[in-house]
Amino acid sequence: MEHMPSWVRQHMAAARAVIVLTLLLGAVYPLAVTGVAQALFHARAGGSPVESGGRVAGSALIGQSFTGGDGAPIGKYFQSRPSAAGKGYDPAASSASNLGPEDVLDVLPVPGATKGRQSLLTRVCARSQAAGRLEGVSGARPYCTPDGVGAVLKVFPAVGAPARAVSVNQACPATPFVTRYQGVTVECGRPGEDYAAGRTVPVRGDAKAVVPADAVTASGSGLDPHISPAYAALQAPRVARTRGLPLAEVQALVRRHTTGRSLGFIGEPGVNVLELNLALDGR
Amino acid sequence: MSATTAGVLFIASLIIALALSHRPLGDYMYRVYTGTRHSLVERGVYRLIGVHPGAEQRWAVYARSLLAFSVVSVLALYGLQRLQDRLFLGLGLPPVPDHVAWNTAVSFVTNTNWQAYAGESTMGYLVQMAGLAVQNFVSAAVGMAVAMALVRGFARNRTELLGNFWVDLVRGTLRILLPIAFVAALVLVAGGIVQNFAAPHEVTTLTGGTQLIPGGPVAGQEAIKELGTNGGGFYNVNSAHPFENATGWTNWLEVFLLLVIPFALPRTFGRMVGQLRQGRAILAVMAVIALASVVLTNVFELAGEATVPQAVGAAMEGKEVRFGVPGSATFAAPTTLTSTGAVNSAHDSFTPLGGMMTLFNMMLGEVAPGGTGSGLYGMLILAVITVFVAGLMVGRTPEYLGKKIGAREIKLASLYFLVTPALVLSGTALAMGSPEQRAAMLNSGPHGFSEVLYAFTSVSNNNGSAFGGLTAGTPWYDVALGLCMVLGRFLPIVFVLALAGSLARQAPVPASAGTLPTHRAQFVGMVVGVTIILVALTFLPALALGPLAEGLS
Repeated sequence: MEHMPSWVRQHMAAARAVIVLTLLLGAVYPLAVTGVAQALFHARAGGSPVESGGRVAGSALIGQSFTGGDGAPIGKYFQSRPSAAGKGYDPAASSASNLGPEDVLDVLPVPGATKGRQSLLTRVCARSQAAGRLEGVSGARPYCTPDGVGAVLKVFPAVGAPARAVSVNQACPATPFVTRYQGVTVECGRPGEDYAAGRTVPVRGDAKAVVPADAVTASGSGLDPHISPAYAALQAPRVARTRGLPLAEVQALVRRHTTGRSLGFIGEPGVNVLELNLALDGR
Repeated sequence: MSATTAGVLFIASLIIALALSHRPLGDYMYRVYTGTRHSLVERGVYRLIGVHPGAEQRWAVYARSLLAFSVVSVLALYGLQRLQDRLFLGLGLPPVPDHVAWNTAVSFVTNTNWQAYAGESTMGYLVQMAGLAVQNFVSAAVGMAVAMALVRGFARNRTELLGNFWVDLVRGTLRILLPIAFVAALVLVAGGIVQNFAAPHEVTTLTGGTQLIPGGPVAGQEAIKELGTNGGGFYNVNSAHPFENATGWTNWLEVFLLLVIPFALPRTFGRMVGQLRQGRAILAVMAVIALASVVLTNVFELAGEATVPQAVGAAMEGKEVRFGVPGSATFAAPTTLTSTGAVNSAHDSFTPLGGMMTLFNMMLGEVAPGGTGSGLYGMLILAVITVFVAGLMVGRTPEYLGKKIGAREIKLASLYFLVTPALVLSGTALAMGSPEQRAAMLNSGPHGFSEVLYAFTSVSNNNGSAFGGLTAGTPWYDVALGLCMVLGRFLPIVFVLALAGSLARQAPVPASAGTLPTHRAQFVGMVVGVTIILVALTFLPALALGPLAEGLS
């Protein structure tokens, strides 16, 4: 090697280093970790499988959808959070929605032309309405219209006294959620019309939300196995009714499948939905 | 206990754990990098590589060895991805497309770990463990090696020699990263992180549907992904995935792992220059900025000031129930304060100001505490600039640790500082100037701009996290972002090594009445000020167009 130019020698050494380190770190290390992990924590290293009737029904750590073929919630099951992973809880396509905190303007569908796009705000409002209907409580929320879309006005001109106001997420012939804005009559949104030039004014309203936050938001992974204790408490009466069980018994099962904070202060409490539903089925 | 109280205790317990670990770990790393004995395994490795561990290198040789190693690493990782269908453990996946393979190869070699792909549907287990995870180790070791070379530049006098790159690389890997990662991996498995070689298998769900449960050697990779401040997730959603981060306490452990080496390195620095108080001053600068950033991120996320979080009642979009808002904010700040870039929640859905904090953290140059090694050398560059600025203000001779900061030194330090802003701002401008590249934004308005700004900030600073809405897997973005990663990593490294060489050559300047003390609170405050003012002046206009416009409207 000594007679070679130094840059060749350096790259030879580099190539050998990559090979040697790949063997050590890319083969010996993962195999050693796997060996010890499988010996000590077989189930966890294998993905924490849970069984139902003798067959594996999923992983305790990966959430599932509890909806029927039509996408409608199955009444006897506690429902998971909304999910952005594929068509919902698809571990082959883990994903968040990635929609921003000011994503409030829908693109209304034009029949026969475009499908439109729901903003994050409208998704939140629609989920809140749906959950409210399912559980028999109010699905109203701040910044949401009574018909379950984002309560957002586009005001023209963008600067100065309003001459025109449009409730852009409510497609005509819907009745706008407010009749007047600063003396101007509010119009419904006409699909296909470009409102980009107007000033965006989300309207809070005076609604108080009953449906909890996790019930109306998609998680970071799209596979969140948990719901909040508040969302479980909201669902318990409906599940008890559908199954013909005493509410107290369902509530006791919820408590049993609630994980508190580690060491009392790390993380947030959550209810494992799959394990809870399995326990209900196993009764 | 309220979520806020729990969040405060979470941060407090991290601080205690880091305070307890930084001394023993820093002292241990000092012994690793200054020891003269080679273990049996190491001697074997040096023989296989064909290098003489006793032969020290001048800065240019050190740099050339480092660059040669990185070039070969890129080629190897590129080849592995392109050939995964013909090798084993490929899971039947096709070869990775050329532009994605290039982007991923430079991404992991530069310790960025930006991901232009979804792990579960793109990379087989062989690429993950023998390609990506290997670079997780060695790219972190390269960062530490450069930091050690710079510290030797301060510690040594009248010499051309800065150490041996191969020795620093191998020791950092085998003596520091490997043992900690091994233990951490097993602890993570105990928490539910998977570690197997089973192919994804289908199960019938409770309602009769099907689900493909993934597998993989995840825990081993997860441990080094945090410890080496890499951040490339095994799965698409990174540490939000329950198989990468299963519970509240694995979340705590992952935050601890990504901070533990960067916060211990100032101690190593103090030991090597023979003045522990100098290390403490650097540590104090890092700690002040980090704590302020973590607290602010939590405040913004808990306040939830934006339309959707107000409608929801909490900034829960893109966050997991088991972590909650504080557990997500306290992950997001450290992952961007270091060069990690792992995420346990969707930064794109953060509140405008909370999301801005993650951007701002990266814009600081990732120095508080920064990446493994890169944090320390970045912070020492800022200390050099501070000494120079202070010297100008009061007419004192700029010196740091007994070394004169002359024209050559300050030129190198300034060039170092200018690289990333130049890359970030010109890259963002190029993308925003083209309608085709703007179309990659998922969100519209200022938030869409923030997605592009975030991407270029993240890659140029070798972070790797993203506002995930941006469709960055296109050939244009893959090439442009890849170039930013290469230049953002290796140009600064060359400047640091050149600076180290010029410092080591100097004879020490005895401290005099005119010397600015660099171990007192006053100096700590000055470095904090210089860091934040430099960043604010450079990036404020860009921030005003993105997160500030969104958050203050």
